[in-house]
Amino acid sequence: MTTPLLEATDIHRTFGHVQALRGANFSVMPNEIVALIGDNGAGKSTLVKILSGADRPDTGSIRVAGETMHFGSPYDAQQAGIATVFQDLALAPDLPPAENLFLGRELVRPGFAGRLGFLDRRAMRERAAEQFQRLGVHLKSDRVAIETLSGGQRQSVAIARAAMWAQRVIILDEPTAALGVVQTQRVLDLAKRVRDQGISVVLISHNMPQVLDVADRVQVLRLGQTVANLDASSASVDDLVREMTSGTAEEAA
Amino acid sequence: MTTTTAEAPTRRDTGDLLFRTLTGGWIFLLLIVLLSIFLVLRPEQFGSAYNVQQLTINAAIFLVLAVGQTYVIISAGIDLSVGSVLVFSSVVSSKLMLYLAGDGGTSFGTTDAGWGIILVGVAAAVLAGMAWGLLNGFLIAVARIPALIVTLGTMGMALGGAQILSDGVDVRAMPERLVNDIGAGSIAGIPVLVLIAALCVVVAGIVLHKTRYGLQVFAVGSHIEAARRSGIAVNRRLISVYALSGAMAGIAAVMANARFGTTTINGHVMDNLTTISAVVLGGTSLFGGAGSVFGTVVGVFIPIILLNGFVIMGIPPFWQTVAMGAVLILAVWVDQLKRRLRKRG
Ligand SMILES: Nc1ncnc2c1ncn2[C@@H]1O[C@H](COP(=O)(O)OP(=O)(O)OP(=O)(O)O)[C@@H](O)[C@H]1O
Ligand SMILES: [Mg+2]
Repeated sequence: MTTPLLEATDIHRTFGHVQALRGANFSVMPNEIVALIGDNGAGKSTLVKILSGADRPDTGSIRVAGETMHFGSPYDAQQAGIATVFQDLALAPDLPPAENLFLGRELVRPGFAGRLGFLDRRAMRERAAEQFQRLGVHLKSDRVAIETLSGGQRQSVAIARAAMWAQRVIILDEPTAALGVVQTQRVLDLAKRVRDQGISVVLISHNMPQVLDVADRVQVLRLGQTVANLDASSASVDDLVREMTSGTAEEAA
Repeated sequence: MTTTTAEAPTRRDTGDLLFRTLTGGWIFLLLIVLLSIFLVLRPEQFGSAYNVQQLTINAAIFLVLAVGQTYVIISAGIDLSVGSVLVFSSVVSSKLMLYLAGDGGTSFGTTDAGWGIILVGVAAAVLAGMAWGLLNGFLIAVARIPALIVTLGTMGMALGGAQILSDGVDVRAMPERLVNDIGAGSIAGIPVLVLIAALCVVVAGIVLHKTRYGLQVFAVGSHIEAARRSGIAVNRRLISVYALSGAMAGIAAVMANARFGTTTINGHVMDNLTTISAVVLGGTSLFGGAGSVFGTVVGVFIPIILLNGFVIMGIPPFWQTVAMGAVLILAVWVDQLKRRLRKRG
């Protein structure tokens, strides 16, 4: 069996007297879209924060391509090839798409001008355009501020940016929660294209038909524990709902 | 699978330019209109070489201050302390030059201090200004106290400090070379003060709009959390913009000393509001993340040209104050309309 790209084992995380995670397991294989589902408060966001370096587990281990990792910050996780798109997207609304794609990683000109810190905006725009084209993201203009784009386009820019810098996995926390039908479909298509580029995608969603449509595998969290790991092609919405609400892990544990 | 998006760069760029002119550039158009009106009505007086020189000299010190303020406001901050820091730097610088020239007791007139001493005085002014800026930046970025409060506090502290150092009395003895060659001097017909201001504007404009540092200042002002998460050293950027604003106030202090031949302790109470309104007038957003040095230059010149035109036309100069207030409100209103329009688009 191939080693998972990202694997979290027996993760525990307690806030005061709330046990948000109590033995969660999660794995991402190469070239797949994994959905992470669970009822409200099941611990999905908590698990994602831990996987993306924004939070630390009390106990449990995280392995990236078989190697044990301790993420101190989101930056560490990014260095390990894992990028997360949170719901607030973390884009600079006043800057154009290309500048956002290269936020914190701006390209400078070659030679002396570069050492003085002079930007190579043309190269940034070109490479951004390539990335958008590769992922099928269509923007009307590459010069306008991000805030003038629609919600779906902003989401697409955020995903394109994550995919540009993550070598292994990108994690999307409810990427379509605020989107209409058409834009939701675009973002899901984008997730598939990202996978086809060789980057695995973790998708958190409450929309069961959507999950079955787009994901290759579904992992279910209930009350902070992983209760199921299903093949999306053979599962039904009823299966998912049953696992979310009355899983049998407690008896099994 | 993916079709190549056919680009129509020329059409899009002109559309872009039109959009920017109509929204962002209107204040520039206002400047042109004002200039044209005064030039048509009073061509000899308004267009005279002397008048143009006076206009630019009046603008020079504000330009330097306002450029620093532009960086601060683009980073979503505000610097109320610029005028007081200018005063503090001018007192420190002039006292030091007096002491070095061996004329510690002189209370007015000029000294024959050489360029070496003047250079030390310049360095002292810039460093003193920068020190206040670093303090501002540290309190804002690290201690996370709101910029409005921090710079309001240092505004009082710097002015009080200047008064303590000088017993509240202006230092009236300046090096003669500073006053003659820099304050009143010109090179190729252009006043040295204007050249200094132009140099500051050009360098600051290039750094802000062409370098990675400048882009990161925009990013910090646009969404500080996004900037932080993408690995930008947010605190260092914030501290640096306040340090820059302080250093600019230091340069402006030298220019003021050179121009007036004395410190001007009580003359800079309004500098903060003057520069802030120039920056905002120039299209820089008070919310941070958007703006330009060019806009600020326009914003500095509008009130100066308005006042000058009114004086030449014989309109009571008090009307300039009224007109400026109205223009400022208009500017912020247009900025907000623009934002709403963009969001909808
Ligand atoms: N920082 C925190 N402090 C205290 N409790 C927390 C914190 N973060 C999460 N929790 C608690 O942990 C539990 C799991 O929360 P989490 O946000 O991970 O759930 P979720 O599966 O993402 O839910 P949703 O579907 O509503 O987004 C909840 O009971 C929540 O109140
Ligand atoms: Mg959640």
